[in-house]
Amino acid sequence: MTVTSAPPQNTRLMRTLSVLRDVVSRPSGAIGLFLVVFHVVLALVSPWIVPYDYKAMNSAMMLTGPEATHWLGTDHLGRDVFTRVLLGGREALLVTGIATPIAVTWGGFVGILFGLIGGRIDEVLMRVVDAFLSLPWILKMLVLIVTFGTGVEVLIPTLAFFYGIPVIRIARAATHDVVARDFVSAARARGHSRMTIIRHELLPNVLDTLMVEGAMRWSWMLLAFSSLSFLGFGVSPPTPDWGLMIADARGFMSFAPWGVLGPVIALSSLIIGINLTADALAKALGIDRAQKAPV
Amino acid sequence: MLAMLLRRLFLGLVTVWIVSMIIFAGVEMLPGDSCTAFLEREAQGKLLENCREAQGLNRPAAERYFDWATSAARGDLGISANGEKSIAELVGDRLGNSLLLAACSLALGVPLAIFLGVVTGLWRDRPVDLAVSTLAIFAMTIPEFVSATVLILIFSVWLGWLPGIVLTSASAPASEFFPEIILPVLVLTMVMTAHILRMVRSSVIEVMVGDYIQMATLKGVPYWRIVFRHALPNALLPAINVVALTIAWLLGGVVVIEVVFNYPGLGRMMIDAISDRDLPVVQAIALIVATVYVCVNLSADILTMFANPRLRTLHMRRG
Repeated sequence: MTVTSAPPQNTRLMRTLSVLRDVVSRPSGAIGLFLVVFHVVLALVSPWIVPYDYKAMNSAMMLTGPEATHWLGTDHLGRDVFTRVLLGGREALLVTGIATPIAVTWGGFVGILFGLIGGRIDEVLMRVVDAFLSLPWILKMLVLIVTFGTGVEVLIPTLAFFYGIPVIRIARAATHDVVARDFVSAARARGHSRMTIIRHELLPNVLDTLMVEGAMRWSWMLLAFSSLSFLGFGVSPPTPDWGLMIADARGFMSFAPWGVLGPVIALSSLIIGINLTADALAKALGIDRAQKAPV
Repeated sequence: MLAMLLRRLFLGLVTVWIVSMIIFAGVEMLPGDSCTAFLEREAQGKLLENCREAQGLNRPAAERYFDWATSAARGDLGISANGEKSIAELVGDRLGNSLLLAACSLALGVPLAIFLGVVTGLWRDRPVDLAVSTLAIFAMTIPEFVSATVLILIFSVWLGWLPGIVLTSASAPASEFFPEIILPVLVLTMVMTAHILRMVRSSVIEVMVGDYIQMATLKGVPYWRIVFRHALPNALLPAINVVALTIAWLLGGVVVIEVVFNYPGLGRMMIDAISDRDLPVVQAIALIVATVYVCVNLSADILTMFANPRLRTLHMRRG
C-alpha cells in the first residue's frame, strides 16, 4: 500500500483511471470486468428482452429439452428456462449491490475509528468481533431470516450487518499501519479532531484496502445469498433466482440436466467475474489478496 | 513465552465467554421461546404459564444465562425443546459424523494443497502455475452447492460410479459411510485445497526472493537443497493459520454440502433445529461450533509461536 496524503480532486480521478487501465490490461481483470459489466447490464435490461413471461406455466410442455422456441427447454412447471436464467440474477444483484456498500462503509468506519482510538476499548471491540466471526455465517443469518421473513427488506440489513463485521478487522489492521506515521502525529499535534484526522489522513490511505475488501465481500455475499435461496431461505417463488432454480431442477437432473446447467453457468460466471476483478484490482493497487482465508 | 501463552489462552476464554453471551442474548431477543414453539397454536393462557413454569422460563434472564452457561461449561447442554432427549446425546453422533467428513477432507486436501502450492510458487507464471491457479479460482469461487450439483450430475447421474446421496443413518459406524462420503469429501477438498494452495503459493514466492535465499544461491548451494532446507520451513509457517481457519470452516460452514448430500452432520441438524425453532439445540450447536473455532485458532497460534523462533523472541521482547 502506498502512503499518500489526500490528493486534489483531478489527480484522484487520474489515479482511478490509471488503476482501471491497469485492471483491464491484465487478461484476468479484463475477463472479470467484462463478466461483471455483462451481468449488471443484463440485470438492468432483461425484463425488456426476455422471450416469455417468467411465471407463465404450461402444463403441456413440462421438462422439454432445448429447442428453437425454448432455447434451454422448460422446467417442471413448463416455464421457459432461458427467460428465468436471464432474470435470475436481478434479485441477487439488487440485494448484494445495496448491502455491500453499506457493509464496507459501516465496517470500515468502525474499524478506522477504533484503530485510531486504540487502547482498552479497542481490545474489547476486537474480542466482540472475534466472537461474531467464530459463529458460522449461516447460523447467524438463518436465525434472523426464519424469525423476520425472507423479504428484501430483511435480507439487505442482515447481510449488510454481518458482512460488515470482518471489514472492521481489515480496516483496523490497515489503520494500524498508518496511525503511527508522522503525518498523523502532526495532525494530532495541530489539534485536529478525530473526524478530521479520519477524513483527511487515514481514509485516503485505507481506501485501497477497503475497495479490494469490498469487491471480495460482494462475491461472498452473493455466495451467501444464492446458498440461502438454494436452501429455501432466500427469495420466494415464483421469483426467478439461480440458487432456487438449481434447487428445483436438481430433482429432475437425471433426465433434464439443462434445467440445472443454465443457472449453474450464469451464477458461476458472475461470481468468477467478481473474483477475477477483485484479484486484478488488488494487484493493480499492490495489495496481496492471497493471504486471505475463508471466513 | 509462558506469559504469552497464558495471555492467548485467556483471550480465547474471553472470546468464548462473549460468544456465549451473544448466543444467549440473540436467542433471547427473538420473538417467542421454546414453549411457544412446542405448544404452537395452544400457546396461550394457563398452558403457556405452566410450560414456562416447568422449564423455568419466567426467571430473570441473567439468572437463566448463569444456569445455562455453568451447566454448558460442565458439559451438560440441557434438553431439547420438543423432546425429553438430552442435547448432548442428540449432538454426539452428528458431531462425530461432521468430524469424520472434516478429517477425510483434511487428510486429502492439506498435503495436496501444500504440494500444489509449492509447485506453483516455484514455477510462478509458467503453464503449470497458470493452469493450477485458474482451476483454484474456479474451485474456490463457485458456490459449494453448484460444484456439488455438477459432480453429482457427472459421477452419479451420467457415469453412475458413485452414490450421489447419503442414506446411512446418523448413528451408523464410520465404516458404513463409504462410498457415500466420497462425493461430499471431494467437494470440500476442492474448496479447501484452493484456499490453502493460494496462500502457500504466495508465501513461497515471497520467501524465494528473500536475501538469504539469494545468498545461498550465490554460495552455490544446490537448488533443491535451498528449497527444502531454507525456503519451505519459512514458507509453510503461515499455512498453519489458514489450515486452522479451514478446519473451523469445515465444521461450521459445510451446512450447504450436508444438505445437498443429505449427510447427517451437525450442519443439517442446525438447519432442522432453526426451522423447528428448537432454540436450546440451536444455542448448543452454536456454542460447540464457536468453541471449536476458538480452540483451533488458538492451537494454530501456539503452534506457529513454537515453530517460529523469530516470533517467539518478538513476543518475549514485548513482554
